[in-house]
Amino acid sequence: MSGNMTITLKIWVQKNVKTQGKFETIKVEHVSPEMSFLEMLDIANEQLMKSGKEAVNFDHDCREGICGMCSLVINGLPHGPDHSTTTCQLHMRRYKNGDTIVVEPWRASAFPILRDCVVDRSAFDKIIEAGGFISVTTGNVQDANNIPIPKSDSDRSFDAAACIGCGACVAACKNASAMLFVSAKVSHLALLPQGKVEKTKRVLNMVGKMDELGFGNCTNLFECEAACPKDISVENIARMNREYLCATAMFDEVVRQMNF
Amino acid sequence: MALDSKIPGGPIESKWTNHKFEIKLVNPANKRKFTVIVVGTGLAGASAAASMGELGYNVKAFCFQDSPRRAHSIAAQGGINAAKNYPNDGDSVHRLFYDTVKGGDFRAREANVHRLAECSNLIIDHSVATGVPFAREYGGMLDNRSFGGAQVSRTFYARGQTGQQLLIGAYQSMMRQVSLGSVKLFPRREMLDLVVINDQARGIIVRNLVTGELESHEADAVCLATGGYGNVFYLSTNAKGSNVTAAWRAHKKGAYFANPCYTQIHPTCIPVTGDHQSKLTLMSESLRNDGRVWVPKKADDARSPDKIPEGERFYYLEEKYPSFGNLVPRDVASRNAKLVCDKGMGVGTSKKAVYLDFTAAIDRYGKGAAAGKGISDAAKIKELGEGVVASKYGNLFQMYEKITDENPYKVPMRIYPAVHYTMGGLWVDYNLMSTIPGCFVLGEANFSDHGANRLGASALMQGLADGYFVIPYTIGGYFAGTKLEKITAGHVGFEQAKAESKARIDGLLKVKGKKTVNEFHRELGKLMWENVGMARNKAGLEANLKKIPELREEFYKNVNVVGSEGDFNQNLEHAGRVADFLEFGELMTFDALHREESCGGHFREEHQTEDNEAKRDDENFSYVAAWQYKGDKARQELHKEQLTFDNVHLATRSYK
Repeated sequence: MSGNMTITLKIWVQKNVKTQGKFETIKVEHVSPEMSFLEMLDIANEQLMKSGKEAVNFDHDCREGICGMCSLVINGLPHGPDHSTTTCQLHMRRYKNGDTIVVEPWRASAFPILRDCVVDRSAFDKIIEAGGFISVTTGNVQDANNIPIPKSDSDRSFDAAACIGCGACVAACKNASAMLFVSAKVSHLALLPQGKVEKTKRVLNMVGKMDELGFGNCTNLFECEAACPKDISVENIARMNREYLCATAMFDEVVRQMNF
Repeated sequence: MALDSKIPGGPIESKWTNHKFEIKLVNPANKRKFTVIVVGTGLAGASAAASMGELGYNVKAFCFQDSPRRAHSIAAQGGINAAKNYPNDGDSVHRLFYDTVKGGDFRAREANVHRLAECSNLIIDHSVATGVPFAREYGGMLDNRSFGGAQVSRTFYARGQTGQQLLIGAYQSMMRQVSLGSVKLFPRREMLDLVVINDQARGIIVRNLVTGELESHEADAVCLATGGYGNVFYLSTNAKGSNVTAAWRAHKKGAYFANPCYTQIHPTCIPVTGDHQSKLTLMSESLRNDGRVWVPKKADDARSPDKIPEGERFYYLEEKYPSFGNLVPRDVASRNAKLVCDKGMGVGTSKKAVYLDFTAAIDRYGKGAAAGKGISDAAKIKELGEGVVASKYGNLFQMYEKITDENPYKVPMRIYPAVHYTMGGLWVDYNLMSTIPGCFVLGEANFSDHGANRLGASALMQGLADGYFVIPYTIGGYFAGTKLEKITAGHVGFEQAKAESKARIDGLLKVKGKKTVNEFHRELGKLMWENVGMARNKAGLEANLKKIPELREEFYKNVNVVGSEGDFNQNLEHAGRVADFLEFGELMTFDALHREESCGGHFREEHQTEDNEAKRDDENFSYVAAWQYKGDKARQELHKEQLTFDNVHLATRSYK
């Protein structure tokens, strides 16, 4: 190991979902500026294991900013200090020798902590299950170019679809609201002609599920947008609110039956 | 057992059509009586779970990640091929078939490749219908770009995140089936064994990664869509969790492993910077549409790239391969990068990198954009050009800058080849069934479509073809023609497999040695990269066959796996995967040693032409090498599936 920085970590450890967690202090040596933040944690864990202790568990997989698995609150900020960056893309050149860094899991009641810095984000899958799809069966659909889609619609749809489902928006929000995540999916699909058919049912069901799972409401602080590693815009929340309003206005009867 | 590939008769164009008609059907009401396990939720797994759920089968989908949407297909950047011929440049199903067989250096099965090309167009249609926001032109039609090994533009893309968008499409389709009750999800589960009862795959043993509990899951068929084994090299572009365990466990239960030595070293990755590195990051092949690859002509030239005049640069791909230029296939591009670096022309501190330069593209696009606006200011033209490049590759440039702290709009990227994809995998017949009845293998985990080298933008195509358009048909044929005994997860076969899995876990935990799992993984990776990497030779391979068993022995004496089995324990997960890599690496080396020829990604230094191109030996090696496990102490037995080329004639591959 070539680095000569020493970093002090105050990192969250917790045995399982039922027990109380706490911060543990770990001194990490031989850190170099080229290392990614997770590589620094790898070194910390190697040091711990070399001395016979257990490693600190944290979710990670692709380590190139696209799978959405990594999820750490670093010095109070989900995914750390850099904009448009996931934890795995953060590098130690952002820090200097002697720094103390506080590392925690996402904090939200809808995301229970499973172990150390690992949380359960299956609530997001449940929201998608509630309507985040287009009901089309595999088979011989029409040619892909039969429905032209204006480039601007397609591009805006893509911007929303770029969400990686990491949950930083929830972690950043003081209400632990999932509005940015849900609105990104609502927008992705509602902006495409293929998704328009089911848009009313989709927005009602997804918002209903979001509320049911214990995510908070939006109070327009936009912390979510600031924390989002993929620059998902709060415009999507406005679009979702509009879709929701239209849905409730147009489908008064349906809505009453759904007990909103 | 003799290998029966079950390739249907008739002309290549009608094999799949005829086969679909001849496959026996399961009536809709009976489908719900069958349970199918799908392991892995990447493109192949998620699409298979969705399409089989739609048909009415009971599907149980497993993944080790916290959500099925995180499977590593998500990281595929560049695009997906299809023979739509939208650009009117002469593409056709036959041309896609031809390019893929040739690109695979004549080591793939013709019938499978043709089916893949036939399915390619359906994938695009279906993906658009599921809401995949592919790139479009201003007229609202889909846009295409070019990839290596083809002279037509047939690659559909969604910026540099095509894998992500396709995976989310498949994931959403699968989640729809979850909402309808036909698919049940089991995230954070790792498959530890395949359960074979009466010579039929009847279920799996998984470890619940949250509670540590071992669970038995029974089914009527098991589909493995568990990806590739690139992490045997430790450093690769794969996700950290990608592993060979599911495939290897199935192999030990009777599934033959085919062509394990065929690995793809991708030419454009961010170079290694130091020992701390935990993984490598790919820069999409699509960048070679606009980036020019070069090194200084003079060895050990320490000047910064902008100080090296045009005449002193060696654009080695453009010079050696004028008709394909920078878009030669991956194996050719990688090998040439290694060649120039071995001659001392490499750049950067490690000297193991070449430049990928966008200056010419920025200039060309800038001038194009400025022309219509009457702009002549050089700085403004450059800005416009950078804007166009950003719209095509913005996220890749941003990724590069985050890792290297250099701005690729201003300074040429430095790139070097890295392990990326594995063409080898479990042997399957035309129906995607392995040598274990009822155990199907889909996507990267099987061996069938890419031969010895995969062309860019073909992995997404294969994963989705297998999942959306092949397995829904062929699995019905299996059920309709097979007698399945009624079993439950309490069957002794499950108890036994579970006990074996438990013993393996206990075996790892009890060692309590001095070295960490990661240290062993790194050492294995180094052995594999040095001796079974971009260039292989007899001496190195033989040395590996001595060193890997030694390392494995040391592993079981000196590894330190911390924590307990009853907890969430990532170190234990990693230990199990490395234990399997330590066995698998040996088979891979052995396969590379036995194949006395060079083909595609398998380059044996002893077998090359005068100008360093791969030299195949069609007379002796025109076969699929399928290895049968014969016990831990015995050598694996080789079975050969002879390949015939009736439609694409065997020829020396040339991209000049």
